[in-house]
Amino acid sequence: MPFSSLSHIQDRLNHGETTAIEVAKLYLDRITEHNKTLNAFVHIDDEHVLAQAKASDTYRAEHGARALEGLPIAIKDIFCTQHGPTRCCSKILEGFEAPYDAHVITKLKEAGAVLVGKTNMDEFAMGSSNETSAFGACHNPWDTSRIPGGSSGGSASAVAAALTPAALGTDTGGSIRQPASLTGITGLKPTYGRVSRRGIIAFASSLDQAGPMTRNVKDAAMITSVISGHDAGDATSVADAPELDWLGACDKKDMKGLRIGVPKEYFVEGMDAEVRASVENALKQCEDLGAELIDISLPNTNLAVAAYYVIAPSEASANLSRYDSVRFGHRCKNPEDLLDMYTRSRDEGFGAEVKRRILTGAFALSSGYYDAYYLKAQQVRTLISQDFKDAFEKVDVIATPTSPITAFKLGEKTDDPLTMYLSDIYTIAVNLAGLPGLSQPCGFAEGLPVGLQWIAPAWREDVLLGAAAAYEAATDWHTKVPTGFGGES
Amino acid sequence: MDIDVQKVAMLARIRLTDDEAAELGPQLSEILGYVDQLAAVNTDGIKPTAHPHDAAMPLRANVVTNGNQRDALQAVAPKTESGLYVVPKVIE
Repeated sequence: MPFSSLSHIQDRLNHGETTAIEVAKLYLDRITEHNKTLNAFVHIDDEHVLAQAKASDTYRAEHGARALEGLPIAIKDIFCTQHGPTRCCSKILEGFEAPYDAHVITKLKEAGAVLVGKTNMDEFAMGSSNETSAFGACHNPWDTSRIPGGSSGGSASAVAAALTPAALGTDTGGSIRQPASLTGITGLKPTYGRVSRRGIIAFASSLDQAGPMTRNVKDAAMITSVISGHDAGDATSVADAPELDWLGACDKKDMKGLRIGVPKEYFVEGMDAEVRASVENALKQCEDLGAELIDISLPNTNLAVAAYYVIAPSEASANLSRYDSVRFGHRCKNPEDLLDMYTRSRDEGFGAEVKRRILTGAFALSSGYYDAYYLKAQQVRTLISQDFKDAFEKVDVIATPTSPITAFKLGEKTDDPLTMYLSDIYTIAVNLAGLPGLSQPCGFAEGLPVGLQWIAPAWREDVLLGAAAAYEAATDWHTKVPTGFGGES
Repeated sequence: MDIDVQKVAMLARIRLTDDEAAELGPQLSEILGYVDQLAAVNTDGIKPTAHPHDAAMPLRANVVTNGNQRDALQAVAPKTESGLYVVPKVIE
């Protein structure tokens, strides 16, 4: 059972074959056994988990099951939860307990989900390897000497090793899809504005979006259907977003008539040869399933990383100015005056990568440089969005690798920030254009998982889910589990 | 590009030790050097993106939804007194 999908556990609960308490205990035991190796969770409160499970069993007995009744879902440490600490894996939020739940947390609770603790992440979601966490690096269950990807590395590692059947992550430049790819699971970044950002600690507000990390496509749909929807408390939550039949979209078994765009700019040098072979093989299988592969061009792709590393740090430098040690967060000892309090508290509280991004942003927004950097990047962003609009005139969906490489070794890229930034080369454009993207497992390169990325027009998560579900039905990559975590038999 | 790291750090209200500044300076230069490729792009007449879907800012009724939460919100503050946030003396 540990490696069961969320939907399989739901079936067993619905048929009375198990209880929410039993399920919760199973995963809590696995966390106790394996978290020392993986460092996927940074906070676990067994009693609180069991209390939620018990309440869920009672609710089921009295009223019947809600959409996620009794199902364990782990939460990235970026979501505010009223119970227990919320620290965004930063020293600056040491001791912080959120006074309210994020909107999506309220939605999960209302659907009967059991929240199983906080998962590790790069500090303030700034990283692609989970190595910038104040709680130490998280490990990839496929090879514990390697990174799980980031920033939602803890959520990815926990799902891949079945310490939880599902988790929530956030994705600003690939932080759901890249770790999903590197750990062999499924991750969905919804359309910008689909899911409320209220109560999610802000990194780059025009890019951030929350989504599920799961063992299969249907599980991703189950969670997204619950957490999406308009929230008047988030001004960027879109009120008239088209409703979707989330679960129905996952019934697809073939790709007859589906026009898949294959952008030439995503298959270039620098990409691992085995990753390329896996993805090309997957595309061939899509053709066998009835899809038509169409060569397309997204000509401004090579500018995406540069535009992102102006826009995201600029928004981050503004968002993170709230950590002034006045209303919450770390305050230095014996400040001499107000300026000393601000500057020393922030020096002590922020890690090196967060400082790098804040300074990059502060520079890009500073007097005399705004037009050359921030304004220019926002114009290039428009060009990148236009590339996708043009492509979707000709195709229904776009397929690419999620990451040019598989999971690298811990410490391999920490000395070179720019090389680390370039590892998000295939995911970043999707955030800039506000589109939905999904990564699913499509093979292995030297024993490490490879991910296939689907990109759809805005609000068409149904197209992503349909294509991914059909691919999943025809392959068994999503059923592969890492050795050493009790899933072999 | 040469960047005055200490000046930028002061804009961001972050104290940097000399060692930190010495490490960050070249890193920022490298990042901004990479970003400089944007300068070569012709963006004449291109509207900057403000919202990915060009959505209008919505309005909502200006009503109280959760009442006075002062105690809960101040419970996480480093220092408060009589419902006020306490900071080092600003005016002598």
